[in-house]
Amino acid sequence: MAECHPVGFRWVMKARERGATIIHVDPRFTRTSAVANIHVPIRAGSDIAFLGGIVHYILENDRYFHDYVVNYTNASAIIDDEFLDTEDLDGLFSGFDTEKGKYQIKSWMYKGVEPESRRPIQAERTDLTLQDPRCVFQILKRHYSRYTAAIVEQTCGIPRELFERVAETLCRNSGRERTSAFCYAVGWTQHTVGVQFIRTAAIIQLLLGNIGRPGGGIMALRGHASIQGSTDIPTLYNLLPGYLPMPKTKHDQTLEKYMRNNESPSGWWGEFPKYMVSFLKAYFGDAATKENNWCYDYLPTLNADHSHMNTVAAMADGRRKGYFLMGENPSVGSMNCALQRKGLRNLEWLVVRDLNLIESAEFWRNAPEIERGEVRPEQIATEVFFFPAAAHTEKDGSFTNTQRMLQWHHQAIMPPGDARSELDFIVHLGHRLKRLYQNEYDQPRNWPIRDLVWNYRMKGPIAEVDAESVLYEINGYTVADGKPVEGFTSLKDDGSTACGCWIYSGSYRDGKNMPARRTPHWEQNWVANEWGWAWPHNRRILYNRASADPEGRPWSERKKLVWWDENQKRWEGFDNPDFILDRPPSYRPSKDARGKDTIAGDDPFIMQTDGKGWIYVPTGLEDGPLPTHYEPEESIMKNPLYGQQCNPQRMEWHRRDNPYHRPYDDPNFPCVLTTYRLTEHHTAGGMSRWLSWLSELQPEMFCEVSPELARERNLENGGWATIRTARAEIEARVLVTERVKPLRLNGHVVHQVGLPYHWSSKGIVRGDAANELIGFVADPNVSIQESKAFTGTIEAGRTGRNRRAATSGPLAPEINPMPWERDLPEARGNHEARHGCKTVETKEGHR
Amino acid sequence: MPTKGFFTDTTLCIGCKACEVACKQWNQLPDDGFLFTAMSYDNTVSLGASTWRHVAFIERPEPLNGQVAGDFSWLFSSDVCKHCARAGCLESCPTGAIIRTEFGSVYVQPDVCNGCGYCVVNCPFGVIDRRDDDGRAWKCTLCYDRLRENMIPACAKACPTESIKFGDLDDLRAAAQTRVEQLHENGMHEAYLYGAGAESQPGTEGLHAFFLLADRPEVYNLPPDPVVPTKPGKQAWASMGFAMAGMALAAIGSVLLGARR
Repeated sequence: MAECHPVGFRWVMKARERGATIIHVDPRFTRTSAVANIHVPIRAGSDIAFLGGIVHYILENDRYFHDYVVNYTNASAIIDDEFLDTEDLDGLFSGFDTEKGKYQIKSWMYKGVEPESRRPIQAERTDLTLQDPRCVFQILKRHYSRYTAAIVEQTCGIPRELFERVAETLCRNSGRERTSAFCYAVGWTQHTVGVQFIRTAAIIQLLLGNIGRPGGGIMALRGHASIQGSTDIPTLYNLLPGYLPMPKTKHDQTLEKYMRNNESPSGWWGEFPKYMVSFLKAYFGDAATKENNWCYDYLPTLNADHSHMNTVAAMADGRRKGYFLMGENPSVGSMNCALQRKGLRNLEWLVVRDLNLIESAEFWRNAPEIERGEVRPEQIATEVFFFPAAAHTEKDGSFTNTQRMLQWHHQAIMPPGDARSELDFIVHLGHRLKRLYQNEYDQPRNWPIRDLVWNYRMKGPIAEVDAESVLYEINGYTVADGKPVEGFTSLKDDGSTACGCWIYSGSYRDGKNMPARRTPHWEQNWVANEWGWAWPHNRRILYNRASADPEGRPWSERKKLVWWDENQKRWEGFDNPDFILDRPPSYRPSKDARGKDTIAGDDPFIMQTDGKGWIYVPTGLEDGPLPTHYEPEESIMKNPLYGQQCNPQRMEWHRRDNPYHRPYDDPNFPCVLTTYRLTEHHTAGGMSRWLSWLSELQPEMFCEVSPELARERNLENGGWATIRTARAEIEARVLVTERVKPLRLNGHVVHQVGLPYHWSSKGIVRGDAANELIGFVADPNVSIQESKAFTGTIEAGRTGRNRRAATSGPLAPEINPMPWERDLPEARGNHEARHGCKTVETKEGHR
Repeated sequence: MPTKGFFTDTTLCIGCKACEVACKQWNQLPDDGFLFTAMSYDNTVSLGASTWRHVAFIERPEPLNGQVAGDFSWLFSSDVCKHCARAGCLESCPTGAIIRTEFGSVYVQPDVCNGCGYCVVNCPFGVIDRRDDDGRAWKCTLCYDRLRENMIPACAKACPTESIKFGDLDDLRAAAQTRVEQLHENGMHEAYLYGAGAESQPGTEGLHAFFLLADRPEVYNLPPDPVVPTKPGKQAWASMGFAMAGMALAAIGSVLLGARR
């Protein structure tokens, strides 16, 4: 965190100075480790074994917060009789269809609940004593029964005493009087089991009673200032604003079907139609009426998995025409850079918006394959348009950070020359499209453009779009009088309200720009919710009902946050209560209750269908209701816990230009490689490698190796090395340091090589891109790449093989991957990875 | 005007180099070249004419008190001009370009400096240097221009963990003493102040930018007992006078002895 969020890290330092224990778990010793109390060196990719070990420790030693677990989690729920755990099936859960390569999740469900039924997903049977062998608690215990300290040592390379010290420290600092927090970033997410890493942490925090309490929780640190906003609003292909699901071509042909498929009969998500209708009204305004289903048919629908890697693979095969690339540099920042550039070369047109001429804009004349002479600019037909972008100081707008807090930033100076904000670009593009099609508005295919509400205010000498007018639309308003709504509870499904993003509703209540608030901390309480605005409803800690016991009294005076006020008959607190304000702790829903009426007075987890924290996830994840240690796609050891080596649902792309190594014991690639950032640079370098003051701080691409590896491979500190995988080879300077340690696993020494990924071929300082080495492989739930743990090899010197990549053919006969025994039947030769959404070709190509 | 200064508490430094960049940006200093040194994460190497804040990175094969990380620790320290109470650069400057400001800081007036370089060899810390392109001597100004507008120096403003503390020197010295005592109480006995006053550093009579360190000064590339070369001036004159007297005695003596014959 000190490396990538130095300013946010000030709070960690303050906590440390006040006596908090900082534990840093990371394969390397970084600037965070330097100021932490405990550093835990871990093999990259083995975190589920480590976290599962902590779960085991908590259960073995009875350290869980009993009242919290019984009342606030689904630990007591009884699971379907047909359910079988990974302990029974050597690494698989019940329901794996080897034909389809997918899980049928019926057996994972709560006993007696049909997943497709319209009844609320609530556990029909529970055992509050947590003794029934079919209850979640006992299943959990059994699932992690072999995750002992010895296994953690063997799998993760963490010495036993150190592991036990960490587990004990965590347990001792949790409970009524004390809470502990987890913070993570892409070291956890960028794995084929990334989602399950976080799930294991969620289980720990639920067992210890740390969720919804001050000083507890799990904080996701993101990659840049507003990436939370990029999923909230969003820029993801499978989501509409506010995490409304994108309609699917196959299942959601009508609004009615869409509502039925996504509505929940219980919990807050039961309000879903109000959010969706208001959203459609925001998009299409007066044209959206009840009769035409609020113009639902105008929305594009998902006919396949259009996630990043699938799209790029399709581009590389010439099946995509155009691409907008805004503030992103995939030629450096995304996996298998050479394949990314192959994708760009096969487009008809590309639009790039950035502060500088980044590598992804220059791929056609400046790239390793062009330098080698393998590809010539004359061969590339892509028409590239580059638009200079305004920097954040040159435009109004907001950042949404990892606390879900929106903070407004104000334009300080005018953007230079033709540089403009994304907002300006998109709004003016929209106006031009409307003008372009205005003579063809009789054709139904142009109605979405015709009817799109696009009346944002302009302001200033160069007629820039007023960002506050967008915030107003995001907040929502009553259609009749245009007044901003107070919050999402005001939204209706009868077309009388419009709202761009329901979770942000309330950020512009009464026409006041809430994200722009800067009330200093000395003028408010310690929660400080008058600084900026957090979604939803300016609640700063989600699920904070859990900070009080089932009767509504804080678990302890020291950790009080919200509580039930019996006199006023409402919830009060330092934070805005994340609960229905007038619902007493004693409320229990009637048998035929629907929607939010099903939320009992002791159900803090209001977004879940049963109001409980899900230790066990009966539905919603592709790869299992409980996290299981699987090795990365490319590893250096057999899975010590199960026969199932890797995540059975991981996504692979079987292409000549995306070869994989052996799952373990690959003689050509014996080192563990991991990528990361440095404080001095920013992600793919577009914002730092063009600035001299940052570039001089870290001027060259380098790799970090231990003194032991340096001796073994004749690497000299300050010298050069070539790092190679089956995808590509790169050169880097060498930094020999004790901050990288060899791992001792099962009697063998395994070396790790660290690779910062900031450099590429343009800018003031240049170097080879670490991500050239990584292949396309992804987690099944959110299709995030596995870039934090893979294998490779390193040798001293610049080997003069001209840094080739697999896009030009296999690197060398001897490292052409041989057929190997994998843990699954060979994926069918589909150029798009199977992912739950099948590709459907319609007559006009992809809709 | 009370004397202003820096108290740099290196136990709070996270090595982020915001201080280096803030200083360069405020003063519009040029870069010093793009050189990969392989010296841990330190590619800046030293203070100089165009680098007025420099973060040192020290990888040590011994643990830090209060930390569980095997036999290893990594220390960071943001180095800066010390604005010594007796400044070697100031006392050796023949043109009077280097002055003591109303804030007690040592400031090089760029319009007076003739680039003679006497100051460079008189700094016991190797802080000040001449720029190749324009020949003049440059160093940290303690953000003189910002102080005159009631702002704090850029580096102190940028430091996210308040490792760099700016304020009245007396207050800083008191706070630093409290901090050292607190660290000692928590078991970190190796913490101490470097240059906090004339008693602990007679050679400079105390630094206006002093430090809290966790290892010997040499580990941070700081001199353990810096002495401003002009300080022993009186002694130097006295020694010379003594030597001259001695030589005169010897000369007269030898003449007298010779005359006896």
